[in-house]
Amino acid sequence: MTATVTEHDEKYHGLTAEQIEKLGEELDAIRQRVIADLGETDAAYLRKVVTTQRKLEIAGRALFYLPVVGWVPAVACLSVSKILDNMEIGHNVMHGQYDFLGDPAFNSRMFDWDTVCPGEQWKYSHNYIHHTFTNIVGKDRDVGYGILRMDPEQKWHPYYLGNPLYAFLLMTFFEWGVALHDLEVENIVSGKRKLADNKPLYPGLMRKIRKQALKDYVLFPALTGPLFPLTFAGNAVANLVRNVWAFNIIFCGHFPAGVASFSEEETENETRGHWYLRQMLGSANIKGSKLMHVMSGNLSHQIEHHLFPDLPARRYPEIAGEVQEICERYGLPYNTGRLSQQLFSVFRKIVRYSFPGGTAKVSPVRGPGSVTEDSLAA
Amino acid sequence: MSALISPPAPSGAVGRLLRSRLAAALATPHTVDRYLERFNPMWAAHEVRARIVSVHRETAGQDTAPVATLTLQPTSTWRGHRAGQHVLVGVELPGSAKRLTRAFSISSAASAPGEQITLTIRAHDEGQVSSYLVREAQPGTILHLSQAQGEFTLVESPATPTNNHLLFITGGSGITPAMSMVRTLLRDGYDGRAGRKVTFLHFARSPEDQIFAEELAGIAAADNDVTVHLRHGDQVFSEFELRRLVPDHRNTDTWLCGPAGLVDLVRDAYTDGEGELSPRLRMEFFKPAVARTAQPGETVEGEVSFTRSGKSAAATGASLLEQAEELGLKPEFGCRMGICFSCTRTKTAGTVRNVLTGEESSLPDEEIRICVTSAAGDCHIDL
Repeated sequence: MTATVTEHDEKYHGLTAEQIEKLGEELDAIRQRVIADLGETDAAYLRKVVTTQRKLEIAGRALFYLPVVGWVPAVACLSVSKILDNMEIGHNVMHGQYDFLGDPAFNSRMFDWDTVCPGEQWKYSHNYIHHTFTNIVGKDRDVGYGILRMDPEQKWHPYYLGNPLYAFLLMTFFEWGVALHDLEVENIVSGKRKLADNKPLYPGLMRKIRKQALKDYVLFPALTGPLFPLTFAGNAVANLVRNVWAFNIIFCGHFPAGVASFSEEETENETRGHWYLRQMLGSANIKGSKLMHVMSGNLSHQIEHHLFPDLPARRYPEIAGEVQEICERYGLPYNTGRLSQQLFSVFRKIVRYSFPGGTAKVSPVRGPGSVTEDSLAA
Repeated sequence: MSALISPPAPSGAVGRLLRSRLAAALATPHTVDRYLERFNPMWAAHEVRARIVSVHRETAGQDTAPVATLTLQPTSTWRGHRAGQHVLVGVELPGSAKRLTRAFSISSAASAPGEQITLTIRAHDEGQVSSYLVREAQPGTILHLSQAQGEFTLVESPATPTNNHLLFITGGSGITPAMSMVRTLLRDGYDGRAGRKVTFLHFARSPEDQIFAEELAGIAAADNDVTVHLRHGDQVFSEFELRRLVPDHRNTDTWLCGPAGLVDLVRDAYTDGEGELSPRLRMEFFKPAVARTAQPGETVEGEVSFTRSGKSAAATGASLLEQAEELGLKPEFGCRMGICFSCTRTKTAGTVRNVLTGEESSLPDEEIRICVTSAAGDCHIDL
């Protein structure tokens, strides 16, 4: 990792600066085409998902009134509702994907989602930090979430022997992990951030936690009267199901084998083309059915999402073929696999990096030799 | 679900429950309206929406833009309006699904909560919203409304114990707020016997282009002490004529609404020798300053105004974020490449270009990411 990105003759991940620029232009063209085509179908799709989510939520809340027989379907409805709210609706709306509609209900600055993390704070750590500095070790705090060791570039410490345990806890309490992510506790421990820097974050965080807890753990259970404990437990399970699912989808997006990480030095003076290249090398997809894509908020197309975070996610499947074709032409990896494959790969990494050392598995970039002018002209 | 046969919006006890803190806490982090709207667009606890009841063509508009009156049934959340106020109307344009929002004066008499209102709209050539509402909107269409707003209102009523003379000077579609005021007076029992005169002076391009012609003729003919003076075509406003109609106009309560040219002339007529504008003149105009658009390849000419801070600079072609920073402003920003939306601000007027797509836009009140947007002419940014 010594290549500097400014020198023309040197290659970066197997590509010359000129080739990287061309790559960027090709991706910009895809982006342009999709933007020009945005309209009623995207609005209709979003409204349909929202209507489905609202109906499931209402059905879930209502089914808790049926003791015994109602509990399992109630939890199922509420879990799916929370997953849709967080992933296909919340994550995507808060990326500004539907700002073009001009509807305040789906405006990135006004929307908030059904988790304890305030949308406002998440947008800073996710939309800005994670999507700008994707997989740059030391800058992108989603690499290990400040808790895990997920990359050989992160210095080993005996603390990391607990990697699998921390991952399990993060999965279980994922919404809390996301909520506390902005407080950058690890940076406070290491002295990079002052405790006082967090002060402005507390009121918003407390307000959101209070509202979420009041709804799920006091009001809705209380409304079911004597069934309070069952409803309380059901709401907790629904939150848990959402946490487990969201954690797994998100970890499959960036941590399977073959995903590259970057250093701050090599990403200085990046061009738009370099940024695109980093997004491609730093993300991974999950193969699956249409239902699987919807339930993951189309983050099963993490590569496309990272290239075009502000395009409506429902467009990712339709451009995935083209993106993959571009990757092939440029000799770049297009990291994809079934959910079980990607999960196993992530799990292995979590266990491996709990021990010292570890080498970054060289990404299967085919290098300069395999990329010819002819193939680029295609 | 047809909006035409939908039940009325919940009011009374149900309405109170839906507006309660309990309902808000149960719906969190969304609002109660976000649930209701999924089931029926006319159900609302806080927001205002309206169903178009009928569309009435006012003028054919062979040489000029056609005008139509829309009768709207608002949701029960509508708090009513005072004569002369306007509403923001949000319309989802077919084909793009984009919601555009524009201000229109209410032309009907003052309304009570939940009551029907009318908007009388001219289809401007460049106005996507006005064109859609006049030419395409059908009964049953749902519009998004704000509550009534604006201070250009009638303070007089038949019950007001004064004998003020009221004067309305309007041009083109500027007639609508004045019409709302006159209709309110007449509906509420104004008959002129209290010794209060109303003078209505209106300028239209041609007799064919005259809105409300029949109704105005009726008002003029009735014995109600309302005098109507219609001027068409070349008969432009003159102070001389005004002095003849209303000798003491500078000391008469006057409501003025019309195009820029008319407004300038009337303002002059209400300015005395020392340059003081009469405080009795009230004005309203909606149209923002029209900005010139740079042609592709042409160097950008124009002024970028950051309206909140009051700073401005010549457009340089640099991003608006950079231009703001050069002026010493510190707007919030993130990625500086258009992906994170941290720097989103409202462009209130003017023309801008998205540097990523090259797309230019002159829409008013548009949200833009200032890190990837540059000025393409004069523009106003809410910063």
